[in-house]
Amino acid sequence: MAPETNLQPVSTSSAPRTRLDIKRSESDVPLTPPQDVEVFEANDLSVYYGAFRAVRNVNMTVCERQITAFIGPSGCGKTTLLRCFNRMNDLVETARVEGKVLYHGVDLYHPDVNPVEVRRRIGMVFQKPNPFPKSIYDNIAFGPKVAGIKGDMDEIVERSLRRAALWDEVKDRLKTSAMGLSGGQQQRLCIARALAVDPEVILMDEPCSALDPIATGRIEDLMEEIKSEYTIIIVTHNMQQAARVSDMCAFFTAEVNETSDTRTGVLVEYDRTEKMFSNPSDERTENYVTGRFG
Amino acid sequence: MLLLGALSITLLLLVTLLYSVLTEGWGILSTRLGDFLTGRLAISPARAGISQGLRGTFFIGVFVVLIAFPLGIGAAIYLEEYAPRSRFTRLIDVNIRNLAGVPSVVYGLLGFAIFVRALRSITGPEANGATVISAGLTLAILVLPIVIITSAEAIRAVPDNLREAGFGVGATRWEVVRSHVLPYAGPGILTGTVLSLARALGEAAPLILVGATTGFLTEGDRYTLASLQERFTAMPIVIYTWAGRPQPGFRSATAAAIVVLLVVVLLANTVAILLRNKYEKRR
Repeated sequence: MAPETNLQPVSTSSAPRTRLDIKRSESDVPLTPPQDVEVFEANDLSVYYGAFRAVRNVNMTVCERQITAFIGPSGCGKTTLLRCFNRMNDLVETARVEGKVLYHGVDLYHPDVNPVEVRRRIGMVFQKPNPFPKSIYDNIAFGPKVAGIKGDMDEIVERSLRRAALWDEVKDRLKTSAMGLSGGQQQRLCIARALAVDPEVILMDEPCSALDPIATGRIEDLMEEIKSEYTIIIVTHNMQQAARVSDMCAFFTAEVNETSDTRTGVLVEYDRTEKMFSNPSDERTENYVTGRFG
Repeated sequence: MLLLGALSITLLLLVTLLYSVLTEGWGILSTRLGDFLTGRLAISPARAGISQGLRGTFFIGVFVVLIAFPLGIGAAIYLEEYAPRSRFTRLIDVNIRNLAGVPSVVYGLLGFAIFVRALRSITGPEANGATVISAGLTLAILVLPIVIITSAEAIRAVPDNLREAGFGVGATRWEVVRSHVLPYAGPGILTGTVLSLARALGEAAPLILVGATTGFLTEGDRYTLASLQERFTAMPIVIYTWAGRPQPGFRSATAAAIVVLLVVVLLANTVAILLRNKYEKRR
């Protein structure tokens, strides 16, 4: 499937459509290398949980068909920030966002934007593999079904599983429970499930932290493979992983607030991955990537 | 040792109770069971049967299933999945818990005031409102808080990452609830609701207040819609009145009726357990 089709709104659903039908003129795409197309832009973004500020003043852009890694010590707001990009934080009642997240220039937190539609375009893979306690087939089919995607469901399921490099392992037991798969298979199933609704972006929140090195390697290969079609943002604690898979890398750290003994995440440095790991501009980044801190 | 003792005493009491009821009622259960189940209330213990009581209990169960279950599960879904976590929601939550502890007599009075008196024209003008409709509605309200609490607890036990998975592929809240939360919470909800059904079937006090009778109940064993508006009785009331009769023959009739009610309640619980096991396997 050509990547361009991902940009068209999925128009078959009955859900009220808002302004996410991205107006990207054709002239933007052809001759510019894909790296330069901005998908996300965070403007002075801060996230609060109640009165507590978890992340402050993040400014960054994420480009199309690249893998962008968020690294940094625990509690520095990487996951919180990631969840702003598909409005997953809406599910936390006390969470509040200040500043802007633009998705192809559309403010994701604009009142007219339907968060359900946002999550359909911007898929997510979670830290712990969380397949539905249903059959492998139903796991994949659920997303397209609620998205109102018409078409041959068997074909969608097969295509998604193939893209997630899981087809050969499960093709003979599609009707059996997904809970019977190994951890690594479950996580690839979750990736297949995310791919099934044809999103443009996939957010991955430490997708390998519960997996062994072999399963991790498989997921990383898979990311390499699908990045030609998808924009990927990955949160990881594993610096080698960030160095291996990502094109761009953002380093976050936590500032301890003097008065309240709470920690607020800040973006320290954001650059090409080679530069971040070889010649970072900020001393804190260098200390972290060389293992002196963190 | 103390704990084992506590368990043994409890079991001993239950076994004694069961044993005495069984031996007392065995005479009737072994000689004229069919007669007993299909016969009507009578002056003579040798001819007395419980068909009217079974019918009343059956309809009460139907009302509870049709009214308390959907209302209670719906309310629980709203409280757990939709309502904002505000002080007001907590207040409602606490109050529902309190309602579950209100004595059943109080619900009987409520049912008397609303269904028997105020809504007489609907519940049964001929019988002055003292009908199985009033009783069913009263008991449905009685168990409603229990249904809400147990369902809410089952829903709360659904892991959040399951919800996130649903939202993550672009499902709406209702789609997540219907496709993932409810199937996962189903066995728990089922157990809670059926236990509350068992409670409703065994309640006597509210039935006395809404006017269950055992006196001159000439009809009362037809299973038709029109018969809902007639005077009625139910198993707990049959047991209650028979237990107060002086004739010695009613002792064994009471015991036999108790055994039948116990079997009905046990059957309901068994069905619940079977259904739960069936659905849990599919997880």
